[in-house]
Amino acid sequence: MEKVGVYDELDNLKATELRLGLPGTEETVSCGKSNKRALPNNTEKEIESTGKTETASPPKAQIVGWPPVRSYRKNNIQTKKNESEGQGNYVKVSMDGAPYLRKIDLTMYKQYPELMKSLENMFKFSVGEYFEREGYKGSDFVPTYEDKDGDWMLVGDVPWEMFVSSCKRLRIMKGSEVKGLGCGV
Amino acid sequence: MGLRLPSKVLEHILSFIDSNEDRNSVSLVCKSWFETERKTRKRVFVGNCYAVSPAAVAKRFPEVRSLTLKGKPHFADYNLVPDGWGGYAWPWIEAMAAKCPSLEEIRLKRMVVTDECLEKIAASFKDFKVLVLTSCEGFSTDGIAAIAATCRNLRVLELRECIVEDLGGDWLSYFPETSTSLVSLDFSCLDSEVKISDLERLVSRSPNLKSLKLNPAVTLDGLVSLLRRAPQLTELGTGSFAAQLKPEAFSKLSEAFSNCKQLQSLSGLWDVLPEYLPALYSVCPGLTSLNLSYATVRMPDLVELLRRCSKLQKLWVMDLIEDKGLEAVASYCKELRELRVFPSAPDLDEANIPLTEQGLVFVSKGCRKLESVLYFCVQFTNAALLTIARKRPNLKCFRLCVIEPFAPDYKTNEPLDKGFKAIAEGCKDLRRLSVSGLLSDKAFKYIGKHAKKVRMLSIAFAGDSDLMLHHLLSGCESLKKLEIRDCPFGDTALLEHAAKLETMRSLWMSSCFVSFGACKLLSQKMPRLNVEVIDEHPPETRPESSPVERIYIYRTVAGPRMDTPEFVWTIHKNPEIGVSHLAIK
Repeated sequence: MEKVGVYDELDNLKATELRLGLPGTEETVSCGKSNKRALPNNTEKEIESTGKTETASPPKAQIVGWPPVRSYRKNNIQTKKNESEGQGNYVKVSMDGAPYLRKIDLTMYKQYPELMKSLENMFKFSVGEYFEREGYKGSDFVPTYEDKDGDWMLVGDVPWEMFVSSCKRLRIMKGSEVKGLGCGV
Repeated sequence: MGLRLPSKVLEHILSFIDSNEDRNSVSLVCKSWFETERKTRKRVFVGNCYAVSPAAVAKRFPEVRSLTLKGKPHFADYNLVPDGWGGYAWPWIEAMAAKCPSLEEIRLKRMVVTDECLEKIAASFKDFKVLVLTSCEGFSTDGIAAIAATCRNLRVLELRECIVEDLGGDWLSYFPETSTSLVSLDFSCLDSEVKISDLERLVSRSPNLKSLKLNPAVTLDGLVSLLRRAPQLTELGTGSFAAQLKPEAFSKLSEAFSNCKQLQSLSGLWDVLPEYLPALYSVCPGLTSLNLSYATVRMPDLVELLRRCSKLQKLWVMDLIEDKGLEAVASYCKELRELRVFPSAPDLDEANIPLTEQGLVFVSKGCRKLESVLYFCVQFTNAALLTIARKRPNLKCFRLCVIEPFAPDYKTNEPLDKGFKAIAEGCKDLRRLSVSGLLSDKAFKYIGKHAKKVRMLSIAFAGDSDLMLHHLLSGCESLKKLEIRDCPFGDTALLEHAAKLETMRSLWMSSCFVSFGACKLLSQKMPRLNVEVIDEHPPETRPESSPVERIYIYRTVAGPRMDTPEFVWTIHKNPEIGVSHLAIK
């Protein structure tokens, strides 16, 4: 039951170019005839913060309320995401003498040298050279970690994959505490 | 003239009529039927709390025992309605307390409920039995404590996904030692830890307890202890499963579950480690409802669990189930009626789960009783929609969310018009429909024409022009709720079909192209509609032709509402008066 008149015109005029944009402004984003349109550029676009600040990449602009998932659900999944396997393995890092702890994602590194470099940059120290028998030489600082059994180990002793899966937290020890771990100073 | 049924006889006849739709029809027959009906109605449902005044409801139905109210529009769930819009429970509680002290049950959805409301409920209704709050906010655990302490015959206390100011777990200890009437308790949305010994004692002295939904703060040990005291449970929401797996813990848990021989519904399962799932195997064969939508468990473990659930009717799960997992569901869960698949990574930039349209096709083919679907997927095809429509003409609720806005059929690059046409045409009993993906005006022509029983329709990022709205408002005979966001049309169709709006409960449009002038015109033309312009920038300060951010239009016999905040414009509003504080409390 087609109504004659204005709608037939609209029907035939496929190129009805309607625009979307900020209310009250002249500038608009044109919805062209291509299949993929530009997303409406309106005030509702906002950066959605996840509440966790450790993500490596900058947050992308997202549309409010899209996809339509209730906040309750979104919040519950967000917190799980950062803690579950395969989604990043965040461990706390402390350094003796430093007032704040940091957190790093172990999955961002592929081997020990990368990790060491990152830690050195983060805490502005240098770690010396690692020797299999004698541990770390040439520095007051020694990187250690707590493993799944609760024991404190020297970083570098076990293969990288084993380290990543068993490391619960990192501690950069300094000075006298270091002696028992085989530091060659 | 003629035969008149004595009112006692009519009352007796009406006592067999439960459905409110039928009772509404009965009340239209004549005055005496209206009178008899209203005096005997026990359950009142108000789908929009602003459609009618609390006083009018309380006066009309003095014998009401159960009141159900809905407040904010549905899109409030997705943060599209600014805080402070409205939906206050207080005026209703006040009116009921004054006129209907025999009220026993209150169910509220998307409303603002304060501690004062809860205290008033506790103080006013002597035989209060049931409180269910869904997606509500505005109250604290103190209010819950008041209910627990005062309502001596409380049977049901359910807080479903509410935003509660959590002042601690003490509220639970306010249930008096004499309270033994609990049938259902749901505090899954609260954060704080409750004292497990209080909960154990409460459960032990509640022999009628059938449904218990714990919050994540309850540990596995706590769960085991509670299950031991309530093996008669039919519905369980677990606490957190995050504890490190220890062999004794596992076997205790397994044993506790295997003693719950009547368990039909299982939910919660936050943080569940795959190693714990076998503890649930013993209850699987009896389960009719399983909510795994917070369980970040991978497909193989999910399949291992689901293949034992041959009686499953309702399954909520995340896309971690993958197409393969849904293929398994299709072959093992032949009784499935409802499927919901949620995205595990709601952020657009992280979609790389192997869940495609194929998963839904498997289930549509294999599960003959499937009638309700909610499916999130990155992209879709017309072919899949055609298959689903052909295989499952018995669908009643079909909500497809193609996560990528404007995504066409990824195989043919066409709009999804044909697919949704098949759904509208084929599924003749469809009551609820959500569409997404690339859709032209044509899709809505089909929907308008064929979706004769659809009552609720949700649309996002679709259509080309006003034709879309024209098709919907001139078709869709049963349409009651229409919600639209980010669609490029506005005034013409809206004004043309203003009369249709009075046959519907409500219309929501946000980020569309409705001008302020059209809103004013509509308000003037249709006095029985409340036209609300919800805009952070006052529309009066802009040209009449400029589009407004959001409009919410609903039919009402209550007239304009007095509790609108600053950012809601209605034609009745005198900007100098501002918000009335009387209604909020």
